[in-house]
Amino acid sequence: MTDLDTRPTAVQFRFRDDEMADHGTVTFDACCEQTNATAVRIEPGDDARALLPFLDRLALIEVNFPVFGDGRGYSSARLLREAGYTGELRAVGDVGIDQLLNMRRCGFDAFAPAEPLDESDAQAAFNRWPNVYQNTADGRRMITQLRHD
Amino acid sequence: MYKYDNYDQQMVDTRVEEFRDQAKRRLEGKITEDQFKPLRLMNGLYLQLHAYMLRVAIPYGTLNGAQMHALADIADKYDRGYGHFTTRQNIQYNWIKLEEAGDLLADLAKVEMHAIQTSGNCIRNISSDHFAGAARDELVDPRPYAELLRQWSSFHPEFMYLPRKFKIAVIAAETDRAAMRLHDIGIQIVKNDSGEIGASFYVGGGMGRTPMIAPQIRDFVPLDQLVTYAEACLRVYNRYGRRDNKYKARIKILVHEMGAEEYTRQVEEEFAHMLGQGVEPPLAEIERLRPYFADPAFVDGPKTCDHSDPDFALWVDRNTNAHKHDSYVSAVISLKPVGGIPGDATAEQMHLMADLAKEYSFDELRVMHTQNIVLPHVAISDLHALWTKLEAAGLGSPNLDTIEDIIACPGLDYCSLANARSIPLAQKISERFAASGKTGELGQLKLKISGCINACGHHHAGHIGILGVDKKGVENYQLSLGGSEAEDVALAKITGRGFDEAGVINAVETVTDVYLGAREDGERFLDTYRRIGMTPFKEALYD
Ligand code: HEM
Ligand code: SF4
Repeated sequence: MTDLDTRPTAVQFRFRDDEMADHGTVTFDACCEQTNATAVRIEPGDDARALLPFLDRLALIEVNFPVFGDGRGYSSARLLREAGYTGELRAVGDVGIDQLLNMRRCGFDAFAPAEPLDESDAQAAFNRWPNVYQNTADGRRMITQLRHD
Repeated sequence: MYKYDNYDQQMVDTRVEEFRDQAKRRLEGKITEDQFKPLRLMNGLYLQLHAYMLRVAIPYGTLNGAQMHALADIADKYDRGYGHFTTRQNIQYNWIKLEEAGDLLADLAKVEMHAIQTSGNCIRNISSDHFAGAARDELVDPRPYAELLRQWSSFHPEFMYLPRKFKIAVIAAETDRAAMRLHDIGIQIVKNDSGEIGASFYVGGGMGRTPMIAPQIRDFVPLDQLVTYAEACLRVYNRYGRRDNKYKARIKILVHEMGAEEYTRQVEEEFAHMLGQGVEPPLAEIERLRPYFADPAFVDGPKTCDHSDPDFALWVDRNTNAHKHDSYVSAVISLKPVGGIPGDATAEQMHLMADLAKEYSFDELRVMHTQNIVLPHVAISDLHALWTKLEAAGLGSPNLDTIEDIIACPGLDYCSLANARSIPLAQKISERFAASGKTGELGQLKLKISGCINACGHHHAGHIGILGVDKKGVENYQLSLGGSEAEDVALAKITGRGFDEAGVINAVETVTDVYLGAREDGERFLDTYRRIGMTPFKEALYD
């Protein structure tokens, strides 16, 4: 296991009402082999599609961003949501103010930044864009649809 | 042309606020320069040798008079009274202060313009055919599709941190005026056997240090799946594109290493999945966009004009392109005066071009990837009046696609990555050929200069290409021959050892002399090169 602090207390923003999973996450490889894990962490190079058979039993998927400029986690998040995953999807690691909304739009509903973020900057970032041009996992209707309602 | 609705306006206004907030957090020390850098880059702001450079997007190269006036005002207010039109149909300013960048973006937003995603590892400004909507040979106007893609790619949450930058071009004619196959994704709008319009996808082209021509990966994507297909192409790239080495991070390397067939298979698999995800804008949106690009109210008029003035006749012959309405042409305003800086225009010239667009071209202008400006719809009966005014302003150079119409990157005069200067070389070459009077005899001859291996000046695609390299601290230039960015796309080959500045100018003259001696009827430089091969040129250069 890596030394990332992703205990419930490390979660700074959460957009879910359910109880937080209070147990350790296992690595991607362990999850694919071990059949009873309910929480997993995936790294940028892991192919999230391999988790699809286990989605029913997973309550928490952490997606690690070792450096914010590595955007593979956005695709992982979206395709997990597209496959119907409804559990917690948590962004951990190098998560900054300017990544929050894009992550949220890709399906993340919990954020555990390695460095705690300024609350008011974060709220401003989450709420900045009144409308969007793409349909993604956040369920917002895109501008090109709103125009034709 | 396209006009923002409230939604589009709100997006650019919000972006200005967001940028101001980011700059403020940077100044307050809440984010580091490392964190700020990709954010400012996504707003087109680079730190260069002497100052910040700002790149403004001109989507698919189309703009109106008011926008051109605004670009001129920005040149006066925030820069030193000029701007530089680029090979990606954008404009760059070289002398910007960080503290003023927010105000500059706000000024742009007032005329429906922005600098969104003009840099950074994201989907860049979409480029297109500069004669779109006017060219006689086009199937349809490609711009509604480019606009659809512009909106889809703006702030795309999944694709803001790709392995590397990502450039898309859309054309809709067999003649390729946008270097389509040298883009990460090149899209050609085509008609299939049943007469339906769709999109043919080419993926994995590019220049830079490892130039590649994009292979076709799908011959026909139905129009109501265009965005979904592009999204699938991007997702496969985001997943597998190399992140261990930024020089191998472009999609061309992925397609090359994975193989076009395997890449295509993965895209098709992703595409099949995404079709069920509702990512495609409704077809009604394309229907909404099309009328914005409808023909202006053309009026029938004379189909020829008086060519008795030889200077005017030459300009008409070289600088106009056949229009779909036979009383009109598209007229090219050359930004390549002999001895000038390719692509530079002063604020005064920009104001004039804007006024001329209003008077003679239904208020529309285009930026060409060759760093010139087009007035797309000029009545043939107005040509002489237009030319007279251009001449008076030093904008009447009759040199489109000639050896004087050089593409050159900023090079060592501005760019922190440069090995050598590009601009002075372009200036001297155009002076040399203008003085010798050979320009006309040489006909179509595309010369392209880059100051380093990044190839911003398209040297790989030049009939003659020049690349600045650094040889033990001395500027040195490599010559290459036989490239093309057009429908006969090809990558140029290096002639042999490099030259110093004076030497490379002589070398250019030498290869043109070989051509003049060997050409057969109607052959361009490129055709002769293709027929006779490299050897005669090499012999003349090195023996
Ligand atoms: C002065 C600041 C500039 C910098 C720092 C810069 C940087 C770069 C770099 C690093 C690349 C290579 C990217 C790669 O291969 O992955 C590149 C490619 C390119 N740049 Fe620039 N550039 C600058 C100005 C320009 C200008 C003024 C133009 C247009 C005239 C331009 C157009 C291009 C084009 C067309 C390419 C090739 C794209 C491709 O590989 O597909 N750049 N630039
Ligand atoms: S080719 Fe090189 S020198 Fe020229 S602008 Fe691009 S990065 Fe700078």
